[in-house]
Amino acid sequence: MKEMMRAAFVIARRDFTAVVLSRTFIFFLLGPLFPIIIGMAFGGLGDRISTTDLRPVVGVAMSAGDVARMQRAHARLAERMGPQGLPVLRRVPLSPPPRVQLAKADADIVVIVSGSPARPVMTGQPQDIQRLEGDISLLASAAVAERSLHMVHVEAQQVATSVGAQTQGRLVIGRIAQIVIFFLTILLAGMILSNLVEEKTNKIIEILAAAVPVDAIFLGKLMAMLAMSFVGILFWGGTAFCVFLALKTPGANLPVPATGWPVFLMLAVIYFGMAYTLLGSLFLGIGAQAATVREVQTLNMPVTMGQMLIFFFATYAVDKMGSPPEIAAVILPFSSPFAMIARAAQVDAIWPHLLAIMWQILWVALIIRVGVLLFRRHVLKSGGGWWKQLFRSATG
Amino acid sequence: MIGVPQPTYAVEGHGLVKTFGNFRAVDGIDMAVPTGAIYGILGPNGAGKTTLLRTLLGIIDPDEGHRSLLGDPVPLRQARNVGYLPEERGLYPSMKAFEAIAFMGALRGLPLRTGRERARAMLEDYGMGASVEKPIRQLSKGMAQTVQLFGTIVHEPRLIVLDEPFSGLDAFNQGKLESLIRDQARRGVTVLFSTHVIAHAERLCERVAIVAGGRLRFDGTVDDARNRLRPQVRLRTRASDGGWRRALPAETLAEDGTWHFALPQDGIEPLLRALFDGNAGIESLSIERPGLHDAFVAIAGEAAARQMQEDQAREQAA
Repeated sequence: MKEMMRAAFVIARRDFTAVVLSRTFIFFLLGPLFPIIIGMAFGGLGDRISTTDLRPVVGVAMSAGDVARMQRAHARLAERMGPQGLPVLRRVPLSPPPRVQLAKADADIVVIVSGSPARPVMTGQPQDIQRLEGDISLLASAAVAERSLHMVHVEAQQVATSVGAQTQGRLVIGRIAQIVIFFLTILLAGMILSNLVEEKTNKIIEILAAAVPVDAIFLGKLMAMLAMSFVGILFWGGTAFCVFLALKTPGANLPVPATGWPVFLMLAVIYFGMAYTLLGSLFLGIGAQAATVREVQTLNMPVTMGQMLIFFFATYAVDKMGSPPEIAAVILPFSSPFAMIARAAQVDAIWPHLLAIMWQILWVALIIRVGVLLFRRHVLKSGGGWWKQLFRSATG
Repeated sequence: MIGVPQPTYAVEGHGLVKTFGNFRAVDGIDMAVPTGAIYGILGPNGAGKTTLLRTLLGIIDPDEGHRSLLGDPVPLRQARNVGYLPEERGLYPSMKAFEAIAFMGALRGLPLRTGRERARAMLEDYGMGASVEKPIRQLSKGMAQTVQLFGTIVHEPRLIVLDEPFSGLDAFNQGKLESLIRDQARRGVTVLFSTHVIAHAERLCERVAIVAGGRLRFDGTVDDARNRLRPQVRLRTRASDGGWRRALPAETLAEDGTWHFALPQDGIEPLLRALFDGNAGIESLSIERPGLHDAFVAIAGEAAARQMQEDQAREQAA
């Protein structure tokens, strides 16, 4: 075992330095930051798109007095509900008829309200009428009751904690952690698929296989890729943390996960590592069978779809703690890290995590062993009985 | 090698069988490489040499039979004491020459720092000092092969296994490699190599195995192989005919006035007496010991010998 770990470390060190010291690694590090930078640069525009442009425009074809009443009602309601809650009102001429106005090629009005606030008439497509009917009714009612409508004052009684809000917050943290781990895994683990192709195309595999156990080659490659991922995560996480500190609103508090932030973050790192090595060992096993980069590319799609399925399974169970699907997601090795991080956000018990981590490590070892066995059989053409090979020592 | 207990045989294989589908690449081979010997495996391409070496080294497992490397039935456990140069050369193209050597040493347990120091020294001693820091992709094919060879011996193994080591090298580098092999053997290292070029085996080896069709046709010293054939006699006489001709062996061939035949079992003396008594007039007489090539033809057959020559011609053309 000691010898295998030593050999794995030699291979890991070679792979790690080969990747991290290459020029392309800078692009790897900067890659995920591009969308953030672009997002920040176009952030203002994005806000405009989401706040202004997407609100439906309702034409008001009424007398000048009625239009003014409708707009005053709109202003009063918007004060309470926020501008996003109501459609935009725009005065339109009384003639031609609304039907004709809506048919104009340059019209950006969705529906036209004619008649009077007391008897409004909406002209538009059925689905638009259905969607805006309530808003127009509210606006018209407020316009009719202009003088007699008084906004009632709501008294506020503040409490320090709310179990419901805390539960909701922890659920959100669990979901976010799942998504972050999933995206990091999908972003990084896919690279492992092509990891042995270099050795096979450059005929180095023969030298490696003659010098060290194939298990050590697989383990070393996983270790290198995991270490490389941590370099990336450290860089991206550090950048994200700096941005968070810079943008943080004073007084804004994040909900605390059930296990507490330090333990939760530590578990998040561990579960990322486990998700990565579980999927990585599977990818390495699959990729090791491929002889060319093209074969690896062909394998990419089904592998990504498999990852998506596992993720959806884990997210489905996140708000059903203790339910059969959640327990199944915890037990199923590939979804286990995702399900467990959601647990860490919502349940404070630590021992299930120790069990889960041991369970996941066991599966990593098993998957590596099966991958090695397949590699020896199909690539090195070394045979032998399945069970005998599966449980023999790594050195043979 | 002083102080390290050495087994009698550095490499042993008994009843080794390896099949790929229906093809028996190695078919019941028994062999033993004495410790400290330079041992060659001779055979044409496809004879099963590489599969045999890979089986002995533990890269692949045999379907039948057992093997031992430096006295250990689990070859990989002896990885630190073994150096292996595969037939298909492989190096990481972006690695620097000295790093590649040190990496290969590190795989077999040599500390990286020691490996780097030794690698620099080896390359400089060999006249490749300017290439120490160069990436492999910038080296010529011969230089890259030298780097890989140094990677095979940098950790000072007790056994070196070389699969077709001369393939792809020019005559100058072949000579250098032969010197290197002899130098290693002088230090007590066992050298096992495969080749399809008889001349290399004849020049270097104390013992050879001849493999053809996955089977071991011969295992012994080069002298044993050559002694399998009787020495060849070439005789030129002034007289073309006479009673003395009855003393020539029945299978004698005549070519341009020269008689060719294998040395008779009872020696050359009875024939000489007949030649003198019959006034044959001996112009020239030579008794030549057969070479390894003749022995190979006799042992492995004409077809295998012809294929070896074709392999060699193809390689030279490439």
